[in-house]
Amino acid sequence: MSIFKRGSTKSTPPISTASLPDIIFMLLFFFMVTTVMRETELLVKITLPEASEIIRLEDKALVDYIYIGPPVDPDRGTEPLTQLNGQFARLNEINQWMDWNEARRDQKEVPFITRSRKVDKDTRMKMVIDVKQELRRSNALKINYSAEQDR
Amino acid sequence: MRTKRNQRSERPDLNAGSMADIAFLLLIFFLVTTTMDTEVGILRLLPPMEKAPQPTEANGRDVYEVNINDANELSVEGIPMDIQDLRSGVKEFMTNPENSLVLPERRSVNRAICEQGIALARSRMLHASDEVSKQVHQKELSTWEHKLAVTELIGDFQELPPNAVIALRTGSRTSYAMYMNVQNELEAAVEDLREALCKEKFHREFKELNEKSSDDRPLIKAIRAVHPQRISEAEPLEVQSIR
Repeated sequence: MSIFKRGSTKSTPPISTASLPDIIFMLLFFFMVTTVMRETELLVKITLPEASEIIRLEDKALVDYIYIGPPVDPDRGTEPLTQLNGQFARLNEINQWMDWNEARRDQKEVPFITRSRKVDKDTRMKMVIDVKQELRRSNALKINYSAEQDR
Repeated sequence: MRTKRNQRSERPDLNAGSMADIAFLLLIFFLVTTTMDTEVGILRLLPPMEKAPQPTEANGRDVYEVNINDANELSVEGIPMDIQDLRSGVKEFMTNPENSLVLPERRSVNRAICEQGIALARSRMLHASDEVSKQVHQKELSTWEHKLAVTELIGDFQELPPNAVIALRTGSRTSYAMYMNVQNELEAAVEDLREALCKEKFHREFKELNEKSSDDRPLIKAIRAVHPQRISEAEPLEVQSIR
């Protein structure tokens, strides 16, 4: 019995695991290509409102974000603030921020930039309206109200 | 030669088993630090600052006034309304099924009317005296041509007057969550109408039409022409009173 067993194991060599790293590396590269690093650290707390009629934005590279919500840091109070890129901004700085965003892109892409507003759901409309008017004043008309899927 | 071969077979293989573990570690690192979340939301086109449509009292039947006050209470045309009824309210406004006098008058559009309109615009263009009026007639001509294209695709339809609009206004202390709820309902109402029309005419789902395919694009345009999404969030009241 034992002789027979030995003979059979010798005839089928163990499965080579040499290709396993290659497979994992392939997975790794897939994730590196399809995902993006979190580019900005949020300084405001945002709980997005829920909506059912939402559309996926096609090209993430053409989206700029405006964050509005109460600051994470309790020293800054509880009133909602606006964050552009990595820092807090005042209303009149939005224009400057948009110029900067347009300058860093190809001129052909500029008309397709979407400004996505990620607004905390407990924010009062005054803040949202003010930002909207500022966007309209600077002729940035393609906007997105960021929301989460529900229902 | 023989000795060499023997030597080689005696030397142990480099153990590559841990290679997979290293790759796994890297993989998990990337899984944790990156995001794959796609940006979703309600997409809107704002009106330009200078020529925002101003809903006036004169065209009252063409304006569907949606107000949310500071206490997050919804009212439509001055009457308090529950948010669940908003969707059907908007649909009624956009279709006016009973030809009510307080809702926008839907004009029927068919091939003959379109051709008449095109002929009229053409002759006016020929007799136009200056560049400005010529451009106006040119614009008129292209809208009629667009309508003709629509009738060819979906047959005769009822057209919403060009100045019919849903005017959304909020108080300055309205919560954003409520505002988004209302926006969502407005969007859903239009989407429902489009979906129904698309099923009836093309036996397909509107959501599945692909804007990038050249076959579907005219269909999307036609459906959008019949049920346009005209939500004006222009000119909040506070801003108006400042200027």
